[in-house]
Amino acid sequence: MPDVRLVNVTKRFGKIVAVDRVNLHIKDKEYFSILGPSGCGKTTLLRLIAGLIAPDEGEIYIGDRLVNDVPPEDRDIGFVFQTFALFPHMNAWENVTYGPRVKGFDMKKAERIGHEVLEMVRLHERLDAFPHELSGGMMQRVAVARALAAGAKLLLLDEPLGHLDAKVRNELRYEIRRMVKDLELTAIHVTHDQSEAMAISDRIAVMKKGKVLQVGTPQELYMNPKSIFVANFIGGANFLEGFIAEATDKMAIVELRGGVKVQAVNKGLGKGERVVLAVRPEVFTIKREKSRGENSIFGVVERVAFEGTNLRYEVRLENQDLIVVVMPSLSCEWFSIGEKITVSFQPENAHLFAYPETGLREELAVE
Amino acid sequence: MEKLDRLSSKPTVKYGVYLAAVVLFFALILIPPILGIIIKWGTMGEIFGDVDLLARALNAVRNSFVIAVFVSVLDVAAGVPMAWLIARSKSKWINILDTLADVPFIVPTAVLGYSLLLFWHNPKTVSEFFWDSLIPPGAILVALLHFTFSYPVVVRVIVGALLDYKIEYEQAARTLGAPPLTTARTVTFGIIKPSLIAAFILAFARSISETGATMMVAGAFENGPIFIQNTKETFVGATVFVSLILIVFSCLIFAAVRVLGERLKLPVKGAWPTVERKLSYSGAMLARNSVTLLIFFMVVLIPSLFAALPAFEAIPTDVFSKALSRVYPWDDYWRSLILSYSLGATVTVLNILIGLPMAIIVARKRFGNFSSMLNTLVDIPIIVPSVALGVSLRLFWKELLAFIPDVWLLIFAHLAITYPYFVRSMAAAIERISIELEEASRTLGAKPLCVFRTIVFPLTKYSMFSGAIMVFTRSVSETGATMAVTELKTAPVVLVGWVKEKIAVSPLEIGLGCGFLILISFIILLALRLIVRGKGRY
Repeated sequence: MPDVRLVNVTKRFGKIVAVDRVNLHIKDKEYFSILGPSGCGKTTLLRLIAGLIAPDEGEIYIGDRLVNDVPPEDRDIGFVFQTFALFPHMNAWENVTYGPRVKGFDMKKAERIGHEVLEMVRLHERLDAFPHELSGGMMQRVAVARALAAGAKLLLLDEPLGHLDAKVRNELRYEIRRMVKDLELTAIHVTHDQSEAMAISDRIAVMKKGKVLQVGTPQELYMNPKSIFVANFIGGANFLEGFIAEATDKMAIVELRGGVKVQAVNKGLGKGERVVLAVRPEVFTIKREKSRGENSIFGVVERVAFEGTNLRYEVRLENQDLIVVVMPSLSCEWFSIGEKITVSFQPENAHLFAYPETGLREELAVE
Repeated sequence: MEKLDRLSSKPTVKYGVYLAAVVLFFALILIPPILGIIIKWGTMGEIFGDVDLLARALNAVRNSFVIAVFVSVLDVAAGVPMAWLIARSKSKWINILDTLADVPFIVPTAVLGYSLLLFWHNPKTVSEFFWDSLIPPGAILVALLHFTFSYPVVVRVIVGALLDYKIEYEQAARTLGAPPLTTARTVTFGIIKPSLIAAFILAFARSISETGATMMVAGAFENGPIFIQNTKETFVGATVFVSLILIVFSCLIFAAVRVLGERLKLPVKGAWPTVERKLSYSGAMLARNSVTLLIFFMVVLIPSLFAALPAFEAIPTDVFSKALSRVYPWDDYWRSLILSYSLGATVTVLNILIGLPMAIIVARKRFGNFSSMLNTLVDIPIIVPSVALGVSLRLFWKELLAFIPDVWLLIFAHLAITYPYFVRSMAAAIERISIELEEASRTLGAKPLCVFRTIVFPLTKYSMFSGAIMVFTRSVSETGATMAVTELKTAPVVLVGWVKEKIAVSPLEIGLGCGFLILISFIILLALRLIVRGKGRY
């Protein structure tokens, strides 16, 4: 059964290091996502696993087999491309049965597999259609069916939903996960969409500039980000700069700009250190109280946006920092522009990080 | 310029330019060769009264088609592995190979013919390893010549197709378990089939229409164009008859290849995993690449440049100083050289002026279904044998306007022959630009001419220069039509005369004449290449 191991894998394109000493272990039957902004090296990493490009350094194992020098056709993989790459001169049926045919399966077996996978993706009635006659969603299904029909136990998906509109994308992501789980496959899914990765993955690796920053379950990444970048990329956050005014082993009092003091859980930072406090928009509460409570900051509502499920407030804090607060629209009090309010949060819901050496803007940059 | 921009938005001006381009196309390029034959339709009777002449004519036509089909198939078969090597190899040396593949383009075909004659027939060259003449003038040498000059065209077309083609299809096939050979056979060739057909058609058309170089290597062998050349003064009816058959059958074959080619199913269903896997990897690949390079160097490149060798030999002799002092026969040669290059330049400028609006009409379908019809008609001059085209043009213009100067006839003939090359390359370049870019420019306030100046031209100028280079080289190397249409002598015509021993010249002088022509063409092309290098590739 295919687990995938990458040991110190590096890939350079000229002077650019696209993948930088990456170590990963993707378990058998796991739905694993590689998440990161454009240009972070996630697609390069997937293509290295597929054998479409060769690593400059490091080792790649599929199962127990070192596959560095194994061509893609011998790696026993299925690959779904972002642009689907359906062969334009073949119809859906010919595309889907291509893998079994070129692998030398007898025709009866190839046809049986073809029928099964087309049934699975609910496209049996369109087996005569050529790619240009199919909608984006249908093409995507044929691409998945084609990858599955080759009989591989390792499915590699390179932004497979990137070319689809939002509604189809939301439907298909669950469908793909269901198929992967039903067929007991190992899947590696590359995406830049954090909500997609969170929704379908057993585990996620977050990448930036060729490096893997953190690997964990969606909950771990959301609840316990190890870096400012991950805190921002998974779920989003407000970043407030300040100093540690007082510190114990467990808690720290942070003096924000303008002298405002708040409490947060300490992660080994000492008194006087420059820090960044990350607070997710959805963990704030807003009240009309005029007196300062625990971990509360005064502010004024500058903008309000109704997003259906949520209300999104932009609040100018008393220290002139601008934060975003998101509240469920059906169960919260509504505030208007210009209204003076107090925002507060629980210390355990804030994440405290040392101020990055390269600066906050550089740390948050996605390109 | 602003005034012109404003003027271009007036429908009368805009469509006036397009209409003028269409009228000029019909009046100068399409109708004259056809009418030229129709005018002399009545003379065809003479050939039916002469059984021997008829048999000779039919034999020549058959030779033309047999050689064209044979050579085109061989060209595609040999060109595909070379194109694959150029397009897919990651070696840094491949750029050099890519440039070398273009070298036969710059050798005027008449020189190419002489060069091949020297290489394969001259007992002092490769032939000395075998017997007096390895390949004497005749059908085989003609086939070899046609293979040599069509090869770079075929390679260029297929390289273009392979570079334009989405590599993801191949990668997808590989991830599905197909070894490289299976991938190429079942996926790549299936997708680039239109380009394979186009390459076949171009090779076929060049073979059917080539005259000047063929004359040099044909010996007693006669194909259609040589028959026309041999009989154009004595048997006009026979010339008209053969021209007509060549044009009609070429059109039929083209139509058949286009229609059947689209329906032709490449063998994509079957798969032979074990065999194809063995043939896909290092040993088999090395063998394939070695054979490909051997064919390229031994059959195409070295024979093409062989004529330049006597030129080096001539430099330390008095032949060289005689050539530079322009004494007989060099006075004729230098005059012809000036005529060749000024003719090439004139024809290139005229092509840009009347071909550009036509390329836009074809690419942007400015006249709806009529544009599609024009798209097909534009190709017709390619398939008309150049000597037949020359004869028809002379018949047409001399009947219609007897006073027309010969130099104009020459310009019209070269314009007709080169026009499809320019329109085709420009139309393809314009088609590649998204229409949305033009629309965006219009919505931002640009008038049609301004859209062309600021958006279309910057994005297509590389193709325009490439098209212009093709037109220029084709015009400079053209021989058959030139000889048929006028008594004026361009450089290739003079060289053909020298080789055919119409005047007494030594082999050293012929070699030097060829060498000068290659050298000057090379310098001009190099200069043009340096000018356009890196421009317009987006």
